[in-house]
Amino acid sequence: MLNQHEILQTIRMIDQQHLDVRTITMGISLLSCAHSEVKVACDNVYDKITRDAEKLVATGEAIEREFGIPIVNKRISVTPISLVAAASRTDNYAPFAQAMDRAAKTCGVNFIGGFSALVQKGMTEADRTLIHSIPEALSTTDIVCGSVNVGSTKAGIDMDAVALMGRTIKDLADRTADTRGFGCAKLVVFCNAVEDNPFMAGAFHGVGEGERVINVGVSGPGVVYHALQSVKGQPFDVVAETVKKTAFRITRMGQLVAQEASRRLGVPFGIVDLSLAPTPAVGDSVARILEEMGLETCGIHGTTAALALLNDAVKKGGVMASSHVGGLSGAFIPVSEDEGMIAAASSGVLTLDKLEAMTCVCSVGLDMIAVPGDTSAETISAIIADEAAIGMVNSKTTAVRIIPAPGCKVGDSVEFGGLLGSAPVMPVHPGSSTDFIARGGRIPAPMQSLKN
Amino acid sequence: MKAIVTVIGKDQVGIIAAVCTLLAEHSINILDITQTVLQENFTMVMLVDTSACSLPLGDIADLLDKAGQARGLSIRIQREDIFNAMHRI
Repeated sequence: MLNQHEILQTIRMIDQQHLDVRTITMGISLLSCAHSEVKVACDNVYDKITRDAEKLVATGEAIEREFGIPIVNKRISVTPISLVAAASRTDNYAPFAQAMDRAAKTCGVNFIGGFSALVQKGMTEADRTLIHSIPEALSTTDIVCGSVNVGSTKAGIDMDAVALMGRTIKDLADRTADTRGFGCAKLVVFCNAVEDNPFMAGAFHGVGEGERVINVGVSGPGVVYHALQSVKGQPFDVVAETVKKTAFRITRMGQLVAQEASRRLGVPFGIVDLSLAPTPAVGDSVARILEEMGLETCGIHGTTAALALLNDAVKKGGVMASSHVGGLSGAFIPVSEDEGMIAAASSGVLTLDKLEAMTCVCSVGLDMIAVPGDTSAETISAIIADEAAIGMVNSKTTAVRIIPAPGCKVGDSVEFGGLLGSAPVMPVHPGSSTDFIARGGRIPAPMQSLKN
Repeated sequence: MKAIVTVIGKDQVGIIAAVCTLLAEHSINILDITQTVLQENFTMVMLVDTSACSLPLGDIADLLDKAGQARGLSIRIQREDIFNAMHRI
């Protein structure tokens, strides 16, 4: 029998500590939609998405009310469009994004991901077409997200794609200049992308996945922060144990919601992604967890070690709580979406260089970072290359979601609103990486032994 | 199906009566009640059986929430599973 303390603890987590299921994401394979005529293929895409995800939002809302747990987002991820559109005779894939946008709006979801290409070893004609279509696709749609995987531990880094992505991000920022480059918030450049990630903007439905799948992302930085407040001054062993226990509880809740959604929708359960995903709300910040461990401000010396402990303990606690753990699983450090990160970056303590170091031990990478609008495409490519190198060598997922905000300078702040928050514009190193990026070619895959 | 009703807020006359009446009107059987009042803060946790209830649990949750708002209380009903998942292995 449950006791009153346990019941009220859960209620407090939901009411005061921002415990929620961050997203129920339905993965849908669009491979069957391919057609030589673009219009037919796009109609197929619209029909398949609206048919398969028809009940997703209603089911999510019903679960939310019955269990009394907020489910913040309902989303859809689809097969990378470069594969779906490859059969179509066209040099512009933007109509596919527009079909996705319409379908997602019909279903009532918050975001749809999968305007994507996997080019870690090389680009097909379709991959190139997709990347060239990204600026138009993401600037003429509202809730479509795109991603491009430019490297992997097994394949190395495709530097031609890295160069192309720098130019693509600049173009996309310019096309969405009226919203300070908001389009770039919907585009992620990955190394070692995962196929079952339910979080945006990097979600896509991998080719190794089934026809449809339900993936759930749980969150709860506020709950972890609150739990750590009760172990002030105690050794890190206690800190790690406390995070593990908290992550376990959060993930069990996510597993329950995932199974319930899977059963009601008649769609197989895929994974639970046990990520600490912050929001701009006070008390829902990953940076504040790191500071609770004893750091004056996130970004000072000691931050990387604190994040390493947090990321690892979250995984360890969550793994036992779910039958299948996947996705990105760990601690996210998006700057604009985290109240503590925004404060640390605005004060100048948290720099791009420190963030890069933190991505060696966090779950993803440089996320939601605004840089000056006059940052060159080559510099952005070089930032992507650095980040991809970290992922490649350390066999982990890394990503870059960077916004070269048009017309903005260091010290300005870019408002995105909602869960995307606001990003202080951070300085980049002024030197030129142009000759480095101009080389092109591939950085070979790294050694997997002799690890020093 | 079992569910947990929680009532949290400032103590006042008739809280239990109001909640129990609403539950009874929808054939929800109360299996267990614990209640504490600490410095005017009222907390009640009920274990209830909703198998005879004709409305979906989400609708009952809305009714309780509305009744709670009228009295300045937080009243909610949630499936027991969520608490079991989080606190029992």
